[in-house]
Amino acid sequence: MLLRNACAGRIVKSGAVRSLSTSWWKHVEPAPKDPILGVTEAFLADPSPEKVNVGVGAYRDDNGKPVVLECVREAERRIAGNLNMEYLPMGGSVNMVEETLKLAYGENSDLIKEKRIAAVQALSGTGACRLFADFQKRFSPHSQIYIPVPTWANHHNIWRDAHVPQNTFHYYHPESRGLDFASMMEDIKSAPNGSFFLLHACAHNPTGVDPTEEQWREISHQFKVKGHFAFFDMAYQGFASGDPERDAKSIRIFLEDGHLIGCAQSYAKNMGLYGQRVGCLSVVCDNEKQAVAVKSQLQQLARPMYSNPPVHGALVVSIILGDPELKKLWLKEVKGMADRIIGMRSALKENLEKLGSPLSWEHITKQIGMFCYSGMTPEQVDRLTKEFHIYMTRNGRISMAGVTTGNVGYLANAIHEVTKSA
Amino acid sequence: MSVSGDHSNSVFANVVQAPEDPILGVTVAYNKDPSPDKLNLGVGAYRTEEGKPLVLNVVRKAEQLLVNDPSRVKEYLPITGLADFNKLSAKLIFGADSVAIQENRVTTVQCLSGTGSLRVGGEFLARHYHERTIYIPQPTWGNHPKVFTLAGLSVKTYRYYNPNTRGLDFEGLLEDLGNAPTGAIVLLHACAHNPTGVDPTSDQWEHIRLLMRSKGLLPFFDSAYQGFASGSLDADASSVRIFVADGGECLAAQSYAKNMGLYGERVGALSIVCKTAEVASRVESQLKLVIRPMYSNPPIHGASIVATVLKDRGMYDEWTIELKAMADRIISMRKELFDALQARGTPGDWSHILKQIGMFTFTGLNADQVAFMRKEYHIYMTSDGRISMAGLSSRTVPHLADAIHAAISNVA
Repeated sequence: MLLRNACAGRIVKSGAVRSLSTSWWKHVEPAPKDPILGVTEAFLADPSPEKVNVGVGAYRDDNGKPVVLECVREAERRIAGNLNMEYLPMGGSVNMVEETLKLAYGENSDLIKEKRIAAVQALSGTGACRLFADFQKRFSPHSQIYIPVPTWANHHNIWRDAHVPQNTFHYYHPESRGLDFASMMEDIKSAPNGSFFLLHACAHNPTGVDPTEEQWREISHQFKVKGHFAFFDMAYQGFASGDPERDAKSIRIFLEDGHLIGCAQSYAKNMGLYGQRVGCLSVVCDNEKQAVAVKSQLQQLARPMYSNPPVHGALVVSIILGDPELKKLWLKEVKGMADRIIGMRSALKENLEKLGSPLSWEHITKQIGMFCYSGMTPEQVDRLTKEFHIYMTRNGRISMAGVTTGNVGYLANAIHEVTKSA
Repeated sequence: MSVSGDHSNSVFANVVQAPEDPILGVTVAYNKDPSPDKLNLGVGAYRTEEGKPLVLNVVRKAEQLLVNDPSRVKEYLPITGLADFNKLSAKLIFGADSVAIQENRVTTVQCLSGTGSLRVGGEFLARHYHERTIYIPQPTWGNHPKVFTLAGLSVKTYRYYNPNTRGLDFEGLLEDLGNAPTGAIVLLHACAHNPTGVDPTSDQWEHIRLLMRSKGLLPFFDSAYQGFASGSLDADASSVRIFVADGGECLAAQSYAKNMGLYGERVGALSIVCKTAEVASRVESQLKLVIRPMYSNPPIHGASIVATVLKDRGMYDEWTIELKAMADRIISMRKELFDALQARGTPGDWSHILKQIGMFTFTGLNADQVAFMRKEYHIYMTSDGRISMAGLSSRTVPHLADAIHAAISNVA
């Protein structure tokens, strides 16, 4: 009888059935919007024709349109006849990982030759950081992570969800809109020996402020003295200067000094593969045997999270980096993107100066990578949004990738308006 | 560039090598075996009669459409994934006419296949649900305990499989769920139980539903084989649908790995059916907080393929035909294996091969017999005696039947 009622679409409750009238989730609070991704949501909802999105760090061409690189389109054409969507191994595409390590560690890296790097394909930069944080929790359970101030907001979420206690270290110097090198070195020295530090390899997010080569050498030296562990988040290799080799300089300095680093790499920006979630986590070990052990443990963490990583993006990367012609094309396209951003930095600064802004905007062209840490206050940012329909994160971070020759004048004017009486 | 400096100072020097994954490790061992007769019946991935992986025609078509569309970009998906994909996935599992969907009481988020959906759901429960214990069937997919443990839940088991009958231990199941604390979470395989292939009948499902609702137990469905069990997508979702139809709440993890052959693309969805639309909206906002620090947002490619197929009537119909063909081939392999064992006079009752449902047969072979078959016959399966029928063909059935016969005859 009950089955017939079931077919009718609604079950007649019978017997001592618990009251189904209350939800288990009544007490669930609405979560705050993600500060970065929430910006794009608000932007999309805005009907104003003048609206400008300089929020999320996704590259746009000079027409403000997202870009799929030519090398990527070609790689995808080759994949589309693919007869194989089988599971990748838990550690992901071996080929993709090999090519990716070369980018970070160098084509002729001894570490690669000696098989001393434990490396797995990860879900872009986020996934690589999270996998490392989980690994750190499991195998260095008493360690903490030192995170620069400021940093990408999600870094805090990642290490928190991995249950690794967090500390911060000085990084950004608001007065100069540059690096607070002295305080940073102080923090490095006063941290307990053997502390874990999160470093942005290049194009620091959100400030765009990177240490100079000399400063990186000093940092590396001090890390040696203290026996600290360096974990590099490299999300913008190629995007900072236009040259991937140059952008990996900080990592190479540390490797020269013998540090056994960890590294998160992402292809979201430099190959425009954002939504494909392609990245790599690597951990440098004493020897090959240890690298095998560490890799096996990283896989043990990946298996109960997603079993094995997505194949499509990894195939795209493998095809591009494995084909000399496509790789050349990629390098050219990365440089093109970096150059456009560098050009927009100059344009924005010039526009502000032409408007007679009383403030110094040197930092716009000194800062590196996709973002400009403008120095604007949250209140000024709110005004930009309310009065000018310009969207950015409230820390005053401008995604230069969203700036075009078409909107740079409007943007400069708006910034001038809200800051001229500052 | 040479690396200078002291090498022997890794902070991870004490890390020991982890054991091979019991399921994926089978394929690793298989790949190493040089024998031309080797047969991989380990991981649950569909194979054609020729033993080849299969990319569905409709998937190929969808991919071509995507590749040829110049307006397609690769931007980040929202944290919750591709909206179309989410809506279509909810319809697929809950039914196009589902009242819960019409009332906006369902939140669906794209996740990384079944594993990812289970993990995100588990983490949400560990943070927001008052009962931190999940009951999983005995036995179950080897990865389930780890997924839920790492999510922050404590894992207990309920009786499920009866080795004597090679069928459902229904009394044991009812007893164990009856003894569970009020509000405990219960993992249910929606259909084609992995590894046993033993599913409750619809009468039994109804019993289970009444018991669970009377004790306020929270159902968490793992649906990895919708369409693969019987060949009918609707029939294979009926267990989930009777729970949703009674107006109560539940979670459902869906995977497109097998039924759309999208294994490596990692496509799946987690749905949480709530009492009200308002609650569903708050729940969704909290799911985002679980996902963002894990991988920010899900991969776009596989979900785009699924959405392309599901939203086009013609492609959807084509898919159901290809899916039924896969399910039918597996059913025919069951018959062939059963007949082959009968022909050999292999001792024992092998009717469970025909009765069990879905991709796997829980043979009843013990670990020694499994090891024997690996060593002497180069046949690879998980040590619990589970074989993937999808890995069989008419050509290889005799070899398997010989091996089983030898194992039964020679190994206690």
